[in-house]
Amino acid sequence: MQRIGVFVCWCGSNIAATVDVEAVSQALAKEPGVVHSANYQYMCSQAGQDLIRAAIKEHKLTGIVVCSCSPRMHEMTFRKTAESAGINPYMVEIANIREQCSWIHKDILTGTEKAIVLGRTAIAKVNLNAPLTAGESPVTKRALVIGGGIAGIQTALDIADAGFEVDIVEKNPTIGGKMAQLDKTFPTLDCAACILTPKMVDVAQHEKIRIFSYSEVAAVKGFVGNFDVTIKKKARYVREDVCTGCGLCTEKCPVKKVPNEFNLGMDTRRAIYIPFAQAVPKVATIDADYCNMLKNGKCGVCSKVCTAKAIDYEQKDTLIEEKYGAIVVATGFNPISMEKFDEYAYSQSKDVVTSLEFERIMNAAGPTQGKLVRPSDGKHPHTLVFVQCVGSRCANCAEKGKEYCSKICCMYTAKHAMLTRDKYPDTDVYVFYIDVRTPGKNFDEFYRRAAEEYGVHYVKGMVGKVMPEGDKLMVRASDLIANKQINIAADMVILAAAIEPDKSARSIATMLTASMDTNDFFTEAHPKLRPVESPTAGIFLSGACQGPKDIPETVAQAGAAAAKVIGLLAKDKLKGNPCVASSNELMCNGCSSCERVCPYGAISYVDKEFRGPNRTVLVRRVAQVNPAVCQGCGACTVACPSGAMDLKGFATKQIMAEVDAICK
Amino acid sequence: MQVNEFKPKIVAFCCNWCSYAGADLAGSNRLSYPADVKIIRVPCSCRVNPMFILRAFQRGADGVIICGCHPGDCHYTSGNYYTRRRMALLFSMLDYLGIEKDRMRLEWVSAAEGAKFATTMNEFTEKIISLGENKRLEDLRCKK
Repeated sequence: MQRIGVFVCWCGSNIAATVDVEAVSQALAKEPGVVHSANYQYMCSQAGQDLIRAAIKEHKLTGIVVCSCSPRMHEMTFRKTAESAGINPYMVEIANIREQCSWIHKDILTGTEKAIVLGRTAIAKVNLNAPLTAGESPVTKRALVIGGGIAGIQTALDIADAGFEVDIVEKNPTIGGKMAQLDKTFPTLDCAACILTPKMVDVAQHEKIRIFSYSEVAAVKGFVGNFDVTIKKKARYVREDVCTGCGLCTEKCPVKKVPNEFNLGMDTRRAIYIPFAQAVPKVATIDADYCNMLKNGKCGVCSKVCTAKAIDYEQKDTLIEEKYGAIVVATGFNPISMEKFDEYAYSQSKDVVTSLEFERIMNAAGPTQGKLVRPSDGKHPHTLVFVQCVGSRCANCAEKGKEYCSKICCMYTAKHAMLTRDKYPDTDVYVFYIDVRTPGKNFDEFYRRAAEEYGVHYVKGMVGKVMPEGDKLMVRASDLIANKQINIAADMVILAAAIEPDKSARSIATMLTASMDTNDFFTEAHPKLRPVESPTAGIFLSGACQGPKDIPETVAQAGAAAAKVIGLLAKDKLKGNPCVASSNELMCNGCSSCERVCPYGAISYVDKEFRGPNRTVLVRRVAQVNPAVCQGCGACTVACPSGAMDLKGFATKQIMAEVDAICK
Repeated sequence: MQVNEFKPKIVAFCCNWCSYAGADLAGSNRLSYPADVKIIRVPCSCRVNPMFILRAFQRGADGVIICGCHPGDCHYTSGNYYTRRRMALLFSMLDYLGIEKDRMRLEWVSAAEGAKFATTMNEFTEKIISLGENKRLEDLRCKK
């Protein structure tokens, strides 16, 4: 029989306001096995923990029930408390009377009644708990970073500087990501390339970092400390180790009309290309969809001009198997498609562009060499209209856009408006907004400079329609402050498109079994206290894959993710989860049902000798679980027809006892 | 009048990674749902043996709901697929036995869907109240 102590937490007034904690601790004191029951203001505080430790010693407790907040919050805290007082940490159960009770019920009677049932359920479980010991597994001291934008670059550099090996997998031919496409960065107006490209070079030259460019993660197996990852290196038809990046092939290639994705299709590139001058690795890539040689075997110009003999038309996709201890997701974002926003005439007029396209137009390395001209006729625009929140904060139009605020648009629109007015004082610049949101260091000052010093016309109101008329764009909008409708004949309209997670994020999340929210942003382990970790152990989050972010925030988060990875890789051994499956050999009949459902291949079979009737020896095939591989999902326990398989910590008897306690 | 006083007993099995976190989110957002719902935490929805559900009904539960990660999002890759198949069988068995199969429900709730968790529990409780007490499966021998 267990000797159980019950500890009811008030959580200040969070629990005590809607649950009569005294009544709960008195009622639970009468439950079977309970020898001590107490309540205290903050059980998780030092004083609260001391109270538990003292009670364990005084009443010789063997099991503990803490009625408090969610076990996702403080289960570890109380397990450590129990351990420090000499009892097994897995003899602790939490009754969640805050999230599941006091916070959702307003009536004190209802709350108290439910808290008693929840406490009773936990006591019923602890009565059947057994001490568990966690196994240990070694840690592969190498990290994988998925995505080579500024988030991935910063994380990789920080991990590598701590002395651990890092591999970056980037799906594009070069690292650099979205930041490489930007012209200037707010609020300092630093040139993006000037601050990014040195970091790209650092990555390329770092002896601890390997870059797998033009590659994708194909499969992930294993668990924290021991991931087995398959990387698919796509054929680029150029030998990376030989190509010098001279660029001669990209000048001689006869296929000239390939839309240049780096400039968002606003100009063209060749079928063999280097995305931009500072690309890392600076290696050419052949676009198999356009190359004449690969399509119909006629051409071969690049191969003829290449003095390094780097062209290899026979190259195939290759699969690389690697082992990692930790994985960082840095898959980033993309602007949403504008096809559902036809009121802004994006598909009808070339002079309606997205902000990222405008960024390329303003960039000295862009399609117009940094000269502000209309994409349609190359003329200098005089009136520019910026529309904010295109697809962001769409509470009533979720089928078109996103409900959330994309966070960066207010600031980059202010930047674009300011730069336009700075370079071309003859322009009239209008910005239509719902709200201008500028929380950040020196952000509001920046926005006010745009409006006050540079004379950008900020108009509160949304644009209803953009109509191309002749070579003008008629913008019909409302001015909510003057309470009137206004019409502007604009030369260019720039749409601040909402941002969304990269399309590859969903399949990567599935491979990593990392959870996502309804918008496909990765979920963090705790929104406030563990913002750079995924709930899946060993998976870390960096940058905009977790939510919209600007560059300073991304870099800060990238460093934080790196610190978490370093903390993990610095350990030689990891304590595993002791709540694993185990088979009762006397009941097992070796049917293989459990083996078939196990997603981890943790179950194997051995022939064992058992005592048979009349002193005979029987050899039977029985299941054996490898506790280092088992993750404790419990699929096998239900598949087992003889009831031999059980899950430690969530045993059939324990769950049955919980069911009974609830239904009593 | 008696219908109003009926307080159903509802057991909710929630997987640790998605639905239990969804319930926590409902709690921290103060989204109310009936106190009749009591949650049992399991590592994965695939840990829920159909036997547990029958046991609950036998012991007098009026409704049982199982919540897991959305298909494709299972923390253990494939656990919720097993749950889906097993529960499909249990549903048809309940039907065959002549027990209202609305007393049992399978729902996918992610860690970010606190609101969905609360609405699901509200709807399910309403449904159970409309079905009334579970008389067909309750084993009166269990009542002392």
